[in-house]
Amino acid sequence: MSTNPLSPEADGLPEARPRAMHDMGGVSKFMCDAVDVEPHALDDFDREVDAIRGLLGAKKVMSVDELRRGIEAIPEADYLRMTYYQRWIRSITDNMLAKGVFTEAELRAALEDTK
Amino acid sequence: MSATPLLAAGTRVRVRDDWPETRGPCHIRTPHYLRGATGVVERHLGAFPNPEDLAFARPAPVLNLYHVRFAPAAIWPDATGGALVVELYESWLEAA
Amino acid sequence: MSSLLETPSDRLLAAVRQLLTAKGVVAPEEIAERIRITDNASPAQGARMVAKAWTDPAYRARMLADGAKAAEELGIPMRGMPPLGVLEDSAEEHNLVVCTLCSCYPRAVLGYPPFWFKSAAYRARAVRDPRGLLVEFGTVLPAAVKLRVVDSTADYRWMVLPLRPAGTEDWSEDRLAAIVREGDMIGVTFPQAR
Repeated sequence: MSTNPLSPEADGLPEARPRAMHDMGGVSKFMCDAVDVEPHALDDFDREVDAIRGLLGAKKVMSVDELRRGIEAIPEADYLRMTYYQRWIRSITDNMLAKGVFTEAELRAALEDTK
Repeated sequence: MSATPLLAAGTRVRVRDDWPETRGPCHIRTPHYLRGATGVVERHLGAFPNPEDLAFARPAPVLNLYHVRFAPAAIWPDATGGALVVELYESWLEAA
Repeated sequence: MSSLLETPSDRLLAAVRQLLTAKGVVAPEEIAERIRITDNASPAQGARMVAKAWTDPAYRARMLADGAKAAEELGIPMRGMPPLGVLEDSAEEHNLVVCTLCSCYPRAVLGYPPFWFKSAAYRARAVRDPRGLLVEFGTVLPAAVKLRVVDSTADYRWMVLPLRPAGTEDWSEDRLAAIVREGDMIGVTFPQAR
């Protein structure tokens, strides 16, 4: 693909620089991807994650900025593979642990409980 | 409210060619494709706490936010848009 | 810790729900209520604003000056919501909204963002090849119309006020609102007189 004019090796393209993986504007490797224009309805999982995020924000427990930062910290391979709300619940969990809202031990116990 | 004088509409500005991503954990709302780019202020959008600090629950200074217009063809030779307008915080803008 | 974060998401959600509830951070009724309220927001809200702007020049001016206030005028709850910017289309210039960094979207007036708006393909292509992107939605922009792409990077949320289609001159506001779709207010399609 080295002759592809859309390849990042082309001189002067912004992404020859150290961009974060979520910073996707104009990134060559996505430029030939088709857009899935089908409507994809949200399921119960999506809605509940969304609601919990909104409540944490309204109650000043976790801001949308902290949510975004947590999503941006997800390793690139996982980020690209995960669905939108899967990233959210991972970031929410990461933030709750970092803030001490619950501990790792409590999370482990809850994962056992909800098996 | 930030005490810095407001940038007038029509002011040419350059986006700082800075890469905090290379220096450790951060949360940046200035897209990579704009670093070092020159644009024109369209309007002042208000003043808001810096998300770079909010993302780490640090005290966040209130910064002026601007809508700044760029020419996409100056960023990507194959660009098909006519104008690209992006919200940018004053901390990322310098005189051009 | 990172291995815990790799737990399948549905199990993570169940555990997080249990912990947040047990610690009194959120209550199950609050989650249910929040879902109910969010489900009520839909593109129909934004469509009413567009229809009113098409028929009432004074409302159009107010909407362009302060989108959130204009939404509240129509009974759309905006308290605690981010500022709403309205991008006015003209015969010479067409607006397109994207959030290249994540998925910032005017949820208060349009509801949940569509799947495609959050995709890597949309986020990457919108700023660099918006004309090609529009073709994916069946939209061919005349060459003479300039494409203005707005990347939502900060505190504002943006919606497009599209052009009123020809052939709708004597239509009521309700009839006009019915032809304004979600994609029309993001800028990937144009309202059609149907």
